[in-house]
Amino acid sequence: MIRETKDLENLADYCIKKATAYGSTGCEVYVGSNVSETVNFRSQKIENSDRSDVLIINITTYIGNKKSSLSLTYIDKNNTDKMIEKCVDVTKLLPEDKYNVLPDKNLLAKNTRDLLQFDDTEINNQKKIEYLKHAEDSALNNKFIIKTNGSSFTQAKNNFIIANSLGFSSGFKKSEFSSYTDLVAKKNDSGMERDYDHDAKTHFKDLINPEELGNRAAKLTIRKLNPKKIKTQSIPIIFEKRISKNILSILSSSISGSSFARGTSFLKDEMNKEIFPKNINIIDDPLIERSLYSSSFDTEGVKSEKISLVKDGVLNNIVLNTYYSKMLNINSNGRASGLTNTYFESGTISYNDLFKDYENLILITDIMGSFGNPITGDFSCGATGIYFENNENYPINNFTLAGKVQDIFKNIVLANDLEFKYAKNCPSALIKEGLVVGGV
Amino acid sequence: MIDFFKNLDLTRRQAEKIIDDTLLNKDDGELYLQDSINENVTLDDGKIKNTNFSKTHGMGLRGVCEDVTAYSHTNSIDKVSLINASKNINSTLNSFKNYKHNNFVKKTNEKLYSAHNPIEEKSLKEKINLLNDVDKYVRSKSNLVKQVTASISCEKKIIEIIKTDGLSLTDDQPLISFRVSLMMKKGSKNTQGSYASGGRMNFDSYINENNWKQVCDEAFRQAEMNQEARKAPAGEMDVVLNNGWSGVLLHEALGHTLEGDFLYKKTSVFHDQIGNKIGNENITVVDEGNIPGRRGSLNMDDEGEKTQRNVLIENGKLIKFMHDRLSAKLTDNEVTGNGRRENYMFAPMPRMTNTFMMNGTNSREEMIKSVKEGIYVDALGGGSVDIVSGQFNFAVNNAWLIKNGKLIMPVEGATLIGSGPEVIKKIKMIGNDLKLDNGFGTCGKSGQMVPVGLGIPSCKVTMTVGGSKI
Repeated sequence: MIRETKDLENLADYCIKKATAYGSTGCEVYVGSNVSETVNFRSQKIENSDRSDVLIINITTYIGNKKSSLSLTYIDKNNTDKMIEKCVDVTKLLPEDKYNVLPDKNLLAKNTRDLLQFDDTEINNQKKIEYLKHAEDSALNNKFIIKTNGSSFTQAKNNFIIANSLGFSSGFKKSEFSSYTDLVAKKNDSGMERDYDHDAKTHFKDLINPEELGNRAAKLTIRKLNPKKIKTQSIPIIFEKRISKNILSILSSSISGSSFARGTSFLKDEMNKEIFPKNINIIDDPLIERSLYSSSFDTEGVKSEKISLVKDGVLNNIVLNTYYSKMLNINSNGRASGLTNTYFESGTISYNDLFKDYENLILITDIMGSFGNPITGDFSCGATGIYFENNENYPINNFTLAGKVQDIFKNIVLANDLEFKYAKNCPSALIKEGLVVGGV
Repeated sequence: MIDFFKNLDLTRRQAEKIIDDTLLNKDDGELYLQDSINENVTLDDGKIKNTNFSKTHGMGLRGVCEDVTAYSHTNSIDKVSLINASKNINSTLNSFKNYKHNNFVKKTNEKLYSAHNPIEEKSLKEKINLLNDVDKYVRSKSNLVKQVTASISCEKKIIEIIKTDGLSLTDDQPLISFRVSLMMKKGSKNTQGSYASGGRMNFDSYINENNWKQVCDEAFRQAEMNQEARKAPAGEMDVVLNNGWSGVLLHEALGHTLEGDFLYKKTSVFHDQIGNKIGNENITVVDEGNIPGRRGSLNMDDEGEKTQRNVLIENGKLIKFMHDRLSAKLTDNEVTGNGRRENYMFAPMPRMTNTFMMNGTNSREEMIKSVKEGIYVDALGGGSVDIVSGQFNFAVNNAWLIKNGKLIMPVEGATLIGSGPEVIKKIKMIGNDLKLDNGFGTCGKSGQMVPVGLGIPSCKVTMTVGGSKI
């Protein structure tokens, strides 16, 4: 069972009082209780079950502008006392840093909103097994799917409190239901190919139904069969939605407060400048109901509101916590825990229209390796996809994709097929030029 | 050693009884107890940015019947939690009646490292001073250095494994790591470099006046070299890899596909190739968990089994896979001491320890001379693999363009890709300069991170290079 809010509040309060008694002048604490149950399935039977029940405490203690942090799995009060004492003792030995401060009191979240993230539906292991059986049966009904590489269902519950010595104390319960199925396909004497599909939601009834999960994963896997190799060339690229979301990940890491304040981002001098075409808008909204990634305050207790990151192609916000916002001399926008629900506003043309101007192009269906380097802006990864040549198309693999992140941003055209499935959501995206495909 | 049952409402004898009651009618299983403390001190932007202590304490009970595993873990080590864990195990496994209980473990008295506490070897003040010296030293090398991050991480991990009949196995695992990364900027061009050292020996083996400067020098060399680098070429070509960390090639292209769980699941591209010749005569690949002091070494694995030297590929022939107790049982093989887990929150699975290729006969100069057009890689980054299709990739941190047997200029921004079964046939030359890496590898599998070692002699292989110049 996850711990009740009152117990967590008491523990958080206890930690702050102890830290103060040992000599800290300021303190932040996170107390989180996590319970999760997973069933893993393979070849239509249970492979393993896993139950986790963990109580975690993270504490940051301040003495003036000195700061140190501690994380522990809870054992008992005695042990916690000792660890807090040690943390405060260490804090005393550290050098001062004027940006080491608690958040400004007026930026702390005052009324935290219930974003409807908890569903207490109990999916016991027997129900998980039924779900997975349906998913795998559906997948295996597809021709060429020869086996499953594993399927999984997890139900997780979390309750937490974030508190600090300025009097902030808040938290909420969140549930997560997630499932995936990972398949292996083979056709005659072809090699084996694998792919998967997954889903994760706060509410069980929003979760993808098992038949659809199995069939979608099967479709993704089968289309990879009998891949060809391609020649090295420069060609227009379309990223599928599950890949195009990475454009927001590389943007997010390149506009972190730390990379701006420390001068390490390749975008560091691009604030208020056009880094995308004029019709591109990117938004981060922490207040979407029933989302796994929503919260009306960040891990420091600072209020998070909907912000625009890119407006009409122009970069106008970065990802800030208290430390780096002090260093940059601006207010924190409550992103100490990173971005929340981030999305591109949908484009205006249809998915099919992305293809229409080009005789040859590549649809990227999977990538391997990192999607861009936030320091240098270099982009290079392994990829899998589908080659479109005149009126024909066929699967391709074992090629690379390289260029500059800046060029991906500048040459992007978005379809009108935005959907909210992940923390970062992007429509299908055409990159007209700038990427080089490395093949044989 | 610590006594996990001190101050508990649960005595060791009571715990043993619960373990016996739960596991004697299963094929296998154990209670895994962990208590570890980690200290991390980081300098960044010229300041001590973070000191973090973390304590990980908890237990996990596992039961196995045939090919089904039930695992239950919690941070509370007490009577109620153990009884609950036992109930969870039984509820998953209650349908299995024909068990063959086996609690035999290959024990060891070998000590590949001492049971010291690396956190206490130096005072916090000494570590802070050292990191400040590192910052000063790196910045003094060039005024183009704009950012330096350096960290010292020390860990003491104590584990105990209790099997049925009161069989108890313990290990005390120290781990140290020292990392430096830096960023250089000239005009609008940013470049980076990073290097590290570490392992299970004492602090001074990795961080003394002589060796910390070498780590900084290598990180600086990478960033400085890339200041002059041009776009890397794209396409299939000859690649010469330097010795040491390039062993990540073996780890990704071959190592993962030889893990025993992919053998009994028949998902590895090599699952039906044991005894077959899969590569050239001169290729011998070893995984060895019992090299003294190495980052990937363990006295015993996380199932209590003695670690050992396992020859996986000998003269091009596939000899065996790496096993934990489960995959060994299901494939009728001997355990190889490769059952590992990140911490008490996970059940073990087959993992690599220190994986390397044996020496060949060529020199690196010969290899470079033999390349008409290709690249020489002198710092690889990290990689990953899809074990079903065998496709792998890794990032290149530093490389040179080779033309007509000569190094022409540094090139940047490339990924290397290939497929395991193909690449092992395309290793054309192997050097006589086997070197193990500097002790900073971490391997991820199914969300579990474990420290590993790597090694390879210089070698020449054909691969696809993902640059942006055609």
